Amino acid sequence: MHPYIAAAIGGVLIGISAVMLMALSGRIAGISGIIGGLLPPKPVTDRSWRFAFILGLVAAPEILRALTGDNHIGPPTVGTASLILAGLLVGAGTTLGGGCTSGHGICGISRISPRSIAAVATFMVTAVVTLFLVRHVLGG
Amino acid sequence: MREIVAALLTGFLFGLGLCLSGMTSPAVVQGFLDIAGDWNPALLFVMAAGVAVTFIGYRVLVPKSRPLWASGFSLPTATAIDAPLLSGAAIFGVGWGLAGYCPGPALVSLASGRTSVIIFVVSMLAGMILVRWMRMGGWAKMKGTPAEELP
Repeated sequence: MHPYIAAAIGGVLIGISAVMLMALSGRIAGISGIIGGLLPPKPVTDRSWRFAFILGLVAAPEILRALTGDNHIGPPTVGTASLILAGLLVGAGTTLGGGCTSGHGICGISRISPRSIAAVATFMVTAVVTLFLVRHVLGG
Repeated sequence: MREIVAALLTGFLFGLGLCLSGMTSPAVVQGFLDIAGDWNPALLFVMAAGVAVTFIGYRVLVPKSRPLWASGFSLPTATAIDAPLLSGAAIFGVGWGLAGYCPGPALVSLASGRTSVIIFVVSMLAGMILVRWMRMGGWAKMKGTPAEELP
């Protein structure tokens, strides 16, 4: 399958998931928010569905591998120090900004939320600029 | 119980979508973000298809009064485009560009069992906990100053 077609099919599945979660449970499929509610200090009280969602998420590549022989997970492209720094920034940034590529990107844009559109424009720009600096200016 | 089933199923579909779309490969994600390099538009197809389905589905398939399996909707109430939103999004983007992982694909990639992915996810959780802790008063609370009294 052409990678662009696979990408579009993947996008459709993500969309179906977001619509189902809203139609059935009335919730936004925002991954950073779903994880965040489980963390200290003061985790939220509705933890069961969050664990279930994460379980489904992590089970997906395993089942894909059982069916097709490939889990579609690629290796990291950067070293340990960069992964630690990037992880801290992704965690802190999504919590401060109230969402990531799923909550703001897929769900927020679909709700035509001005906050989400502003957030997506912002993180797209800083992601592109960061990678440009790392790869083409610093020569990483 | 029905909410657990809904979450398990939607989590699974979401994870499947991330895997098939290529978003669980940091190289593909960075290929999209690296506009000055060998640009890979794959992510554009993921976003376009995902938003199109969600946009239509939210309007056509989601009941207006209440969700099918829950008593009410849990939607964000904030409307202001404020400093935390923009600075948070900016910080997230730097991390996303640096490693090519956003929260969903990072969690899904845990299934690979790679130590490097575990290191990323643990760091991400630490970043989340840090901001949650700071929001609830952080240092000020430890020193006994109510958070509301801070500038």
